[in-house]
Amino acid sequence: MMRIRQILPIIILYFIGLLFLSSMASAQELSSLARINGNFQLDAQLYRPDSLIGAPKVPEKILMNTFTNLLYSQGNFTAGIRFESYLNPLLGYDPRHQGTGLSYRFITYQAGDFEVTAGNFYEQFGSGMIFRAYEDWNLGIDNSLDGVRVRFRPANGIAIKGVYGHQRYFWELSPGIVRGLDAELNINDLINSLSQSGTRILLGGSAVSKYQKDELISPQSGLRYDLPLNVAAFAGRMNITSDRLNFAGEYAYKVNDPSSVNGFIYKPGHSLLITASYFRQGLSLQLSAKHTDNMSFKSRRTEMGNALDINFLPPLTKQHSYALIARYPYATQSNGEVAYQGQLIYTIKRNTKLGGRYGTSITMSYNLVNSLNRTAINDTTPIGAKGTLGYNAKLFDSGNEKYFSEFNIEISRRINKDLKVILQYINLFYDIGVIQGHIGDPDVKAGIVVADIQYKLSNNKSLRFELQNLSTAQDLGDWFSGLAEYTIAPRWSFSIADQWNYGNTDKKLHYYNFAISYSHKSSRIAISWGRQNEGIVCVGGVCRYVPANNGLMLTLSSSF
Amino acid sequence: MKKPVILLLLAFISATAFTQEGEKATGGIPAVVVKTLDGRDFNTSKIENQGNPIILSFFALWCTPCMRELSAIAEVYDDWVKETGVKVIAISVDDARSTSRVLPTVRGKNWTFDVLLDPNSDFKRAMNVNIIPHNFLLNADRVIVWQHTSFSEGSQHQLLELVKKVKNGEDISRH
Repeated sequence: MMRIRQILPIIILYFIGLLFLSSMASAQELSSLARINGNFQLDAQLYRPDSLIGAPKVPEKILMNTFTNLLYSQGNFTAGIRFESYLNPLLGYDPRHQGTGLSYRFITYQAGDFEVTAGNFYEQFGSGMIFRAYEDWNLGIDNSLDGVRVRFRPANGIAIKGVYGHQRYFWELSPGIVRGLDAELNINDLINSLSQSGTRILLGGSAVSKYQKDELISPQSGLRYDLPLNVAAFAGRMNITSDRLNFAGEYAYKVNDPSSVNGFIYKPGHSLLITASYFRQGLSLQLSAKHTDNMSFKSRRTEMGNALDINFLPPLTKQHSYALIARYPYATQSNGEVAYQGQLIYTIKRNTKLGGRYGTSITMSYNLVNSLNRTAINDTTPIGAKGTLGYNAKLFDSGNEKYFSEFNIEISRRINKDLKVILQYINLFYDIGVIQGHIGDPDVKAGIVVADIQYKLSNNKSLRFELQNLSTAQDLGDWFSGLAEYTIAPRWSFSIADQWNYGNTDKKLHYYNFAISYSHKSSRIAISWGRQNEGIVCVGGVCRYVPANNGLMLTLSSSF
Repeated sequence: MKKPVILLLLAFISATAFTQEGEKATGGIPAVVVKTLDGRDFNTSKIENQGNPIILSFFALWCTPCMRELSAIAEVYDDWVKETGVKVIAISVDDARSTSRVLPTVRGKNWTFDVLLDPNSDFKRAMNVNIIPHNFLLNADRVIVWQHTSFSEGSQHQLLELVKKVKNGEDISRH
């Protein structure tokens, strides 16, 4: 296996060579040839131990994550590298990130309808049900493929992609090899008589296979699993859109793939996602249903957690950025679940009695996720027994266990030219035992109210207040959260916030926080001090994921 | 490990020396295939507005400042277009979790500007976007003349002022 560090000098030489060649050309020639740009981010934190909120003592006192991307393009070529450093990784990130070096390098050649990439790349087939290579800096996820990718359009309306490589595994590569092929047909482009049709039809299909060499895994001493070395997965999708309607469906199937995640059962996995939407100006209605059964797909059989995922199984539930709602995020149960979602968005016209002078926007949604109804494969085998076919399950057959439900209504209205208000109410059911692994804890039933009030003081100065209340008899009890933010557009933001766990019978803790940020052009510096609850936090106009901690946090970010 | 890092830094410093030069002539938009709201492939090198300014705005449904910014723009977008001929293109970096909700949201909220889908962040990466919201302002030659990250109430007025200046061919590099 070729390590990234071994080929580092080659990449450096390549870049220096390119730069040298470029500098030989006259300034004018140069400008039409080459372009270099990139971006940079540094997140560092000074930690203070805080036993009250469970913030541990950090021996290094300061931790830092940083990256720099450089992209070089010239004619048909693009090349890029990324330098990453985790010294040591911030709390909440996988400790296996620890280290520093080049984590990503690639060269792409593109000519007309043909494109080839050698090195690291990101790619997604359909909605990612059987293949998605992606990165998310804030979550510490990077499962780029290191190998080769080809994209090709043999005719108008046909797009083909092929990928082949090892996945990134922190500073190493996965033991398994991943290869895949995807084709997408745009029916309107393929059939002349439909080219002007108001209804657009897309069809797609993909196949992905992983190879991992045999290994000794024993259910009990003296026995070993007969493991499949090659595991294939297939998916088909369609998308039909007209002026008023959209229908999308995707089905994925994976052959037997015994792994640590599914408890070494030999049952094939499958998943079906159907979404139907109706819309016109100012109104939309969407209904979705999703069946997931044994769909974890990793390039290493014994891997648990977030690393080495070949596919992407996002939940149907909404992602929230208001702090108290984000306390209870849902994650797809890859071993099996049945999920439904409905959403209505309605904008009441401006200059009407109900809509007011500026109009009012209402969003209502409902999400429900249940367990999968599993039945035994025969009278003598318990459900999910290792080394067997596991269980039987029918499509969209919900079990008795409810994992998650959420009713959500949000009203957004501008009262006058200076005042804008967003109100939100949420009724939540959350199986904390299954979703967060707090075995034995009672299900959380919570009501959450949010008011987000924005008041304009002058053309560029404004105040914003965020008030949230969460009431529940379970978990840590009731919470109140308040935030006041003063902004001088477009550069400055000052905020003060507190989350108060007033309903906790044990400790009624305060999570206070002060923050300042300055943005200029594409650069931003943000400093915050205080206690941070786990979740997605939005201050000063941007959002990021933050784990529980106490101390001084610095974020520098720039694009160039 | 030390040597390559020093070399990298040298390469980087010499590279930045002519970055500005390069951008002026080659235009600012790399060619990346994204999706339109009805699912078609769209090559970003084809983004254009007949010689008028263009605003590219990276957003996601879960990003509340992004939604505040786009709602603020939606309220005045018709006036902006009449006044300056500007075209706003909002680029959703929502992943598969919420990408199917973008079209119903756009219609339900009555947004009239263009929206493109970048579900695997390919365009976001090519444009070197770190955090959202991130806006780019392009001039008549589709060259990036200004960019800004984050949103606070009132930023939209500044953006309109810059669009007017760009429309009149003024230099806004000091803003």
